[in-house]
Amino acid sequence: MLTVRDLTVSVGPETAPVDIVAGVSFGLAKGEILGLVGESGCGKSMTSLAVMGLLPQPGPRVRAGRVLLEGCDVTQLQPWQRVEAGHGRMAMIFQEPMTSLNPVRRIGDQIAEAVRVHEGIPGAAALVRARELLELVRLPDPKMQLSAYPHQLSGGQRQRVMIAIALACRPQVLVADEPTTALDVTIQVQILGLLRELCNRLDMAILFITHDMGVIAQLADRVAVMYAGRIVETAAVDGLFGAPRHHYTRGLMDCMPSRNSGARRLPTISGQPPLPGSVAAGCVFALRCAAVRDECRVATPPRLEASQGHEVLCAFPLARGELP
Amino acid sequence: MSGNVILDVRDMMVSFSARRAGRKYRVQAVDGVSLSLAEGEVLGIVGESGCGKTTLGRTLVGLVQPDSGNINLKGTEVIGAGGSGLREMRLNVRMVFQDPNASLNPRRTIGDSVAEAADISGFFKSRAERSAAIAATLTAVGLNPSFAARYPYELSGGQRQRVGIARAILPTPSIFVADEPVSALDVSVQAQVLNLMMDLRDQLRLAMLFISHDLGVIRQISSRVAVMYMGRIVEQAGTRTVLDHPLHPYTRALVAAIPKPDPSRRILGAIEMGEPPSLFTRPHGCAYAPRCLMASDRCLVDVPQLRSVGADGRTIACHNV
Amino acid sequence: MSSNSVTLWLRPFTARPIALAGLGVLVATVLAAVFAPWLSPYDPYAIDPLIRLTPPNVTHWFGTDQFGRDTLSRTIHSSRMALLIGSGVVVFALATGVPAGVLSALFPRLGHLLMRMVDVLMAFPTLLLALGLIVILSPSVGTVILAIGLGYMTTTTRIVYGLTLRLRAETYVEASRSMGAGTAWLISRHILPNLVSPLLVQASFVFAFAQLGAASLDFLGLGAPPDIPSWGNMLAESRTFITRAPWLLFFPGMMIVATAFSLNLVGDALRDRLDPRFRQVFGEKG
Repeated sequence: MLTVRDLTVSVGPETAPVDIVAGVSFGLAKGEILGLVGESGCGKSMTSLAVMGLLPQPGPRVRAGRVLLEGCDVTQLQPWQRVEAGHGRMAMIFQEPMTSLNPVRRIGDQIAEAVRVHEGIPGAAALVRARELLELVRLPDPKMQLSAYPHQLSGGQRQRVMIAIALACRPQVLVADEPTTALDVTIQVQILGLLRELCNRLDMAILFITHDMGVIAQLADRVAVMYAGRIVETAAVDGLFGAPRHHYTRGLMDCMPSRNSGARRLPTISGQPPLPGSVAAGCVFALRCAAVRDECRVATPPRLEASQGHEVLCAFPLARGELP
Repeated sequence: MSGNVILDVRDMMVSFSARRAGRKYRVQAVDGVSLSLAEGEVLGIVGESGCGKTTLGRTLVGLVQPDSGNINLKGTEVIGAGGSGLREMRLNVRMVFQDPNASLNPRRTIGDSVAEAADISGFFKSRAERSAAIAATLTAVGLNPSFAARYPYELSGGQRQRVGIARAILPTPSIFVADEPVSALDVSVQAQVLNLMMDLRDQLRLAMLFISHDLGVIRQISSRVAVMYMGRIVEQAGTRTVLDHPLHPYTRALVAAIPKPDPSRRILGAIEMGEPPSLFTRPHGCAYAPRCLMASDRCLVDVPQLRSVGADGRTIACHNV
Repeated sequence: MSSNSVTLWLRPFTARPIALAGLGVLVATVLAAVFAPWLSPYDPYAIDPLIRLTPPNVTHWFGTDQFGRDTLSRTIHSSRMALLIGSGVVVFALATGVPAGVLSALFPRLGHLLMRMVDVLMAFPTLLLALGLIVILSPSVGTVILAIGLGYMTTTTRIVYGLTLRLRAETYVEASRSMGAGTAWLISRHILPNLVSPLLVQASFVFAFAQLGAASLDFLGLGAPPDIPSWGNMLAESRTFITRAPWLLFFPGMMIVATAFSLNLVGDALRDRLDPRFRQVFGEKG
């Protein structure tokens, strides 16, 4: 469905580019949810924007790599050209739905507009479809909510509306950038449940970006862990949480309070992520890695296949079940 | 409960006037909350956004005036006390804010920010004493004393939050009100800051009111937990008791909704509990009744009061438990 | 301020040649005003009927006026009046507008009253307000400053009011209040330091418009006393000779345009300096 190959996003002058996303590759199959997890500044949002062709202008740009949607390279196409080209369709939802909705227009009109743009059907029919979409995202009382304004809805309801708008183009791939981070856990669990249900019902693929390992464990089929612009580990969700192979993944899991049962102090990862472009050679995690060896500081780590479908960017990965 | 109680809050009520659709409303943000804190004790406050947990914290540091109720700090009534009682409270009860970027003035040096409370109250006798205290405080939160001359933009998020904590321990208070102090931080940094707060709790015998929506964080740091819903405490007990064996239907839903970092324990689709009612349209009986699966007729008319249930000092406000 | 922050302030200028040119014109004008007696080739008041209305030539670069006074010398001396009025207006507008705006934002009741008064003043066109005031209080340099300054006091008050309202809601102001800070502390440590940069921008625009306002008043004969050289006065005196001696209008006119335009360029550059996106481009985190 969606294949991303060696995607590199850079900022700075053409002559001395700084890579904020450095050679990211992943694939996404029909009906699959891929969780892209990492800390702030690791490049996960830039990756999602680059996949969507929505990188802010001027600023970062795709310097190398390809984004193949149903086998067609969309890197060089503008978003509207992608729709016209009629190949694959992608849609995106964001963290703060209030800023993505027009505060002075009714919910129904905003969804209907998206329907009209994508399906070319006239006003009344578009509103009917808008109502179907609201039912699809399980917004209570959809008929009445069509004439509501965004400020009359709660955060969770607004996010449902945003999902409805995203679904208006019948996307094959939905890119979700931290869509539940601003919500309460009680609302989050419902939105995550909705995304899982939509994924199954519409046979849609979801690229889910988050910093929350808990959300990943609940929702994703496969996980890609990002650090300093690179995917350092990819695995099926059970494999990753059962036996993380990269020292960074392991460290991330250990410092989660909810996985730490009983210890008085939380384990931490020392230091901070490197600034983009500041690591000249070797592994990007070498500075913070507890198991660092001399080779790590000079040689670029290989991408090893630890087990079937479990890849890790590390020369000396953790063995299965090994404690760091 | 152990140790000597240093903060005792009784029946605190806080309301705001708000305007909606041209009409004036009185919104009851905190609706009769009572709680107490012993020296070195951390009380976690959990609940959804809008439940009044932030207003409760802001009232305790004097940012919001309560309509009624008593706040007793180390045996002295604070509300109604004159300037000296208020000053005492302001040096003794200090707040750590959620967003480390917004809580530091970008145009003041780190040293000035750290020393602010002391400067306001004229705590230092000399410049030398002041800079020595700033250096000592920065060291205590794990920052290099040379940071005193820097500006916030030169620091990372985690470092800024350490500065936020440093500001709250100079001069040393007895109580922290921490409003989501680690929510804006990345997991790896969050763990570092949590460890720091636990160290301070132990070294300075700090009591904390730790407000958070993250039950994992609450479990790590607090000894007791109070669950708030629409301005009221609905369940309170020791942390393990509340989180491992929740009794109130709301606490149960809240605990169930935490995304567990374990793919073999998936809960998605299992929880459909709707959204909290708007503060403008508070239900008559139990505020949780419209979302509650156990609600009976009585719940719709009769507001449940907190009562003791079982061991571990557990109190709960529910008719059906 | 360290040398590092000085270079940061200069960056928007070095990055844009036209802003740098504006800065250059302003510096030249200030130098001209300070060193006017030494820079002027002739006495600006010296009358010589023999050479009246001489076009620009080698001895009189800008020509002479109807009394044979050297236009170059008068233009240079005029910059003193321009700077006096401009800085007077800026000082007046800031000295009144900043306290009014800050206090209005911190004390809502006072704010309601003050902001309505500001609204009333803003309802008058600035020039009309100035004319009225000058007619009431006899014309003098002080009156001109007051009359123009009043018009810019209102805009300054509004800007400061809006900024202070926003600052008041900042978490660090809350933090300070939670530690027991009083109003004086909040104003001196948190509000004023954060107002400095936007006010610098506002000052440059007020200065520019004060130039235009003063020139208009001079031209109408209600500004600086006619015996003192000012660009507006020079325009007013020479308007009857517009066809015979166009240089008399050209040079002071050019100076009015050049200073006002330069001030606007500098103001724009300063505003860009304050834009966080711009700051990021130049390597300072916002």
